[in-house]
Amino acid sequence: MVFIPSGDGSVSLKRYTLIMPVVSVGNVGQLTVDLIISTLALPRVGYIHSDCLLPVVGNNPYATTSENSMDMCVSSEVYASADRKLAVLQIRSPIVQGKHRSFRQQLLSWIKESEFSKVVVLSSSYAYHRVDQQLIGTPLRYLATPALQIIVGDKFQTLKWKELERVAAFPGISEVEAEISIPGGGITKSLYHNSCTEGIPLAVLLIFCSEGDNIPDAFNLLNFLNEWMELKEKPSDQHGVTQAQWKIPSSWRLLFGSGIPPALF
Amino acid sequence: MHLRKINIQWSPESRTSTESTTEQRLPCSTFLIAVGQNAVGFLNSFVQCSGSWEIIGAVTLWNERVKGTDTINQQFPTDTSCLLYRLTSNPMILTCHCNCYVAEDQLFQWTEKVFGNIQKRNLNVIVLSSCSVTEYKTPRSTSNISVPFLRALKTSAFQETPHCVLLEQPNVLSGLPAAVLSYCQVKQIPAVLYHCYSDVTTIDSLTIEGFRPVLACKGLSSFVKDTSRSAEILKQLVDMNKIQSNLYT
Repeated sequence: MVFIPSGDGSVSLKRYTLIMPVVSVGNVGQLTVDLIISTLALPRVGYIHSDCLLPVVGNNPYATTSENSMDMCVSSEVYASADRKLAVLQIRSPIVQGKHRSFRQQLLSWIKESEFSKVVVLSSSYAYHRVDQQLIGTPLRYLATPALQIIVGDKFQTLKWKELERVAAFPGISEVEAEISIPGGGITKSLYHNSCTEGIPLAVLLIFCSEGDNIPDAFNLLNFLNEWMELKEKPSDQHGVTQAQWKIPSSWRLLFGSGIPPALF
Repeated sequence: MHLRKINIQWSPESRTSTESTTEQRLPCSTFLIAVGQNAVGFLNSFVQCSGSWEIIGAVTLWNERVKGTDTINQQFPTDTSCLLYRLTSNPMILTCHCNCYVAEDQLFQWTEKVFGNIQKRNLNVIVLSSCSVTEYKTPRSTSNISVPFLRALKTSAFQETPHCVLLEQPNVLSGLPAAVLSYCQVKQIPAVLYHCYSDVTTIDSLTIEGFRPVLACKGLSSFVKDTSRSAEILKQLVDMNKIQSNLYT
């Protein structure tokens, strides 16, 4: 995997915070990243050119005017803001079959090379795979590597966030051995484990959901992330609305297909 | 894994010309890549009808859907997927006829291999492809749109105005055309894709004619002068691919 700057000259992302999705159930991570890029109007700084991702091309997904709608986009791009020290990776296509391990390794080596201050992975997991203790309450969970825990301290405890529960590795046989389980989460679990062993400060924020209209899940996950990262201020709480206003990108139109033939009725 | 490797085999004539250049790469000003039967049919009938063309090489690959029975030219092995042609009067103009399926895991390799053999300086790429109109997203119903129609997608380095409407959001394209365009975008090569949406996915004369606006391109209009023989070639092409059955006719 190669990071290729989109303009002339090199791009330094040193000490930036990286937010990235993992292709997982309902594509919630990717939808959330779309909302971040579109709301903060982040400019593109480069591409990820990898043999592990399927190619896909289209016109600017965050077009606001007819002029900027002609900007071509590819399957994986990096957006960044120098003021915020924020880099956002968007992945628009699935990983080529059999190349998951290779993609993970490429991703980790790019993260290490770029010297990000921390990495936030947005992911999701099958709601129907939840164990008993996960059924009640919020569907949002977090995981933090030891290197990240040093940076954030007790921030997640003060936010009253719930850490992803370890579940029995062999349910019904032995309840002693517990492990992290993220079904439907793609490379989330392996990425987390690799980051733990390699000392990368990485947090996983995930939501339990099912396939369908996952837009509400994306908003949910983004508001969860916003509690910690404060990407956008919440409006003053006068009418009971305490959530930040996010901007839906133009490419979300026709998410459920084309118009219906009128002859049908 | 070596089975899925993509190879390029060069004809003896092309080899001598690449050796003369320092970079060992083919010099090229216009590179036309046709993906699928209809795009290849367009090149055969409308572009290659003028001037004489020579085969300079072949891209060979293997995957589950390549039958390996194509023997247009005995010079190249039977698993040939794409043939590379060169205009004899202007060797800077190359075409690639890609008729076979390139598997998902081979797309990246395909672009690296093919473009690895072509000089990047002053290179312009034109990609032609087609797909079913059912894949087109529009607020109206797709059943009310008259087909075939063209849409264009261009890389940032491409400065001209394309000869048809640009692909609207949220439409996206995948497969080999997407792989070529992604490669050109990241390497800052001027490239434009003309994609034909049609209601017929097999070889079809109307769909092939749908690519006609492409002839106005600067890269093409310089050498495509005479299209008087096109209709005849097109008829031959379509007849050749007709189902040989008289049961219902």
